[in-house]
Amino acid sequence: MSMVKKLSVWIGYLVVLLILPRLFDSILAISILNQMAIGIVFALSYNMLLGQGGMLSFGHAVYFGLGGFMAVHALIMIESETAYFSILLIPLIGGAFGLIAAIFIGSFSTHKAGTVFAMISLGIGELIAASSLIFVSFFGGEAGISGDRTFGPLFFGVDFAQDLEIYYLSAVWVFIATVFMYLFTQTPSGRMANAVRDNPERAEFIGYSARRVRFISFCASGLFAGIAGGLFALNYEFITDESLNAITSGRVLLMAYIGGLGYFIGPIVGAVILTLMNSLLSNYSDLWLLYLGIMFVLTVMFLPRGFAGFIMMHQVVWLRGNLKSLILPYLITGIPAAIFTSACIALVEMSHLEEEVFHYLGLELDPSATLTWIITIAIAAGSFYATRRSVGQLSDAWESANSFPDSEDR
Amino acid sequence: MLEVFIFATLNGLVTGLLLFMLASGLTLIFSMMGVLNFAHASFYMLGAYFAYSISQYMGFWAGLLFAPIIVGVLGAGVERYGLRRVHQLGHVAELVFTFGMAFLIEESISFFWGTDTKNYRYPDILNFPLFTLFGQEFSAYRGFMIGISIAIFIGLYYVLTRSRIGIIIQAAITHPHTVANLGHNVPLIFMGVFGVGTALAGVAGVIAGPVLTTFPGMAAVLGSIVFVIVVIGGLGSLAGAFIAALLIGLLQSYAIASDVGVPDLLNLLGLSFERSHPLNDLWTLTLPQVAPILPFLLLVLVLIFRPTGLLGKREQ
Repeated sequence: MSMVKKLSVWIGYLVVLLILPRLFDSILAISILNQMAIGIVFALSYNMLLGQGGMLSFGHAVYFGLGGFMAVHALIMIESETAYFSILLIPLIGGAFGLIAAIFIGSFSTHKAGTVFAMISLGIGELIAASSLIFVSFFGGEAGISGDRTFGPLFFGVDFAQDLEIYYLSAVWVFIATVFMYLFTQTPSGRMANAVRDNPERAEFIGYSARRVRFISFCASGLFAGIAGGLFALNYEFITDESLNAITSGRVLLMAYIGGLGYFIGPIVGAVILTLMNSLLSNYSDLWLLYLGIMFVLTVMFLPRGFAGFIMMHQVVWLRGNLKSLILPYLITGIPAAIFTSACIALVEMSHLEEEVFHYLGLELDPSATLTWIITIAIAAGSFYATRRSVGQLSDAWESANSFPDSEDR
Repeated sequence: MLEVFIFATLNGLVTGLLLFMLASGLTLIFSMMGVLNFAHASFYMLGAYFAYSISQYMGFWAGLLFAPIIVGVLGAGVERYGLRRVHQLGHVAELVFTFGMAFLIEESISFFWGTDTKNYRYPDILNFPLFTLFGQEFSAYRGFMIGISIAIFIGLYYVLTRSRIGIIIQAAITHPHTVANLGHNVPLIFMGVFGVGTALAGVAGVIAGPVLTTFPGMAAVLGSIVFVIVVIGGLGSLAGAFIAALLIGLLQSYAIASDVGVPDLLNLLGLSFERSHPLNDLWTLTLPQVAPILPFLLLVLVLIFRPTGLLGKREQ
């Protein structure tokens, strides 16, 4: 890519970040955007470990949470006037604390990648999460600790009391963090992280210590996770032990994996998808976590490179100009698949519903009538059969769109 | 003092043996497939829930018989249609897949059984004190738990070392290709071991459900501790898992039963701190308070100083 093209991508990213609250300006939308901002930085920092460094962590929330707790403590210090600085710098404090924690923990956990690393990260994660309930004066026990972001020097007269103001602050931080995380992938450290991920032995043969390379990635990842924690502290003004424990660690794994590990934009996609599901779907159905679980397992099984990977799969086809030939096959398989999915969701929801009438896709279904069930099951079975039958033509079309032009063209 | 010690030992034994029942399946699966099954504790939870539902209609003993079978079949299905497919994508994908399964199973249980705690009780036959010591009763059900755990341990040991199928399994662990060349269906063996491993977890769930309460978070309570045991014992080592399970069970039980803490240590050293000291939480820490984090502390220490675990083999 040429320099101009690269630069325009970044400028486009910044413009999108800044223009979004103009397009979606309801209170709900702003709060979703704030959550996305936190999620994007956090998921990108996780991808530095897993996607780029090959280190599967089950305790990444430790750095997020410790950064967040320190940030809330910094807010309290500003409020009590023991410290005097602008809250613009709060994410930096979170990042610094995340970095310190990562230097300490990484010094012994990065000896090995793979299962050993995963287990140490799990142990550390549980250890810190359980300790947080013991050390009440720092972590605030089960209630957590809270601060107030409106103190300290004003920034051109803005006191950041509004969520929208915090969003613009977060957006700038998200942009800075994304730029630096991207630049990190271009440094020798970032490149060597990929090499160590793929083959640590060969990386050592050319003179790099695999452990040192992992350690550097690990620290950088802790830094950015801490920044995300700082953004969390600024947005919610309180933090509890949930930000440290396995729930948050699992969520960031889901974000990064569903988005796509191998691609830089993957975690961004994942953070956006998961935040939207979290905020919007939970309004419609209290079963959304079940759907999320199903979606996650299906992603691991059928889309190992995530949504970003699915999109990037089409690069070759697109460059050959064959994308048009795939539209019809996609529709032939996609429509019955969509019908099958919605029929299944209807079945799941109806079996769980307490109300008399089930409003679904503009229809009014009666869950107590046997006929409704029979029809829905019939639709599900029929569309499943149609999907199964049509997969063959899709993979044929895929093959021919990807294959080199044959002799008939010559 | 003595009575506290004896009861702490007995309770530690109950927990330790229960943990071993979970850990044995997990470590068998690990040595076969090289993947740590994150969903293992979820199969334990499924065991408890199936047994609860069956016991509603047919009583506790039917649950003890059928629930592990259902769980084992489900486990084999997960291996056949899920894990085997993901296996080609590498270890990280496998680990992430089992993590996703754990998540999915927990949500499915909330869907089918609801999020409330189930009133799953042990049978009236076993509802009497087995013996009374220093005025404290030891319930027959806990004795039953110890008995069934030991029976399973002996049975497993016998099958693995003495029977023909056990020898084939052991061979398939180290030399899968040779075993396949001798005409054995190795994928089928893998599926069988996965099924039996999850069924063992199911048994643990059936007998632990009435004591440790049956609720959708019960997998999360034990899940990570079972990992700790398998890693401390040495990945793939059944004997190591046994030692580590008892160690963790007893350690936690003693820590909870004890009443010493940092204040006693400070008294011994002749030190004292004001309540307003910034590290007050540290100076008032007691052993029962830190009991939940002891296994993880041990895990981190073992992984730093002896990454192969107690009885693990040297890594290749």
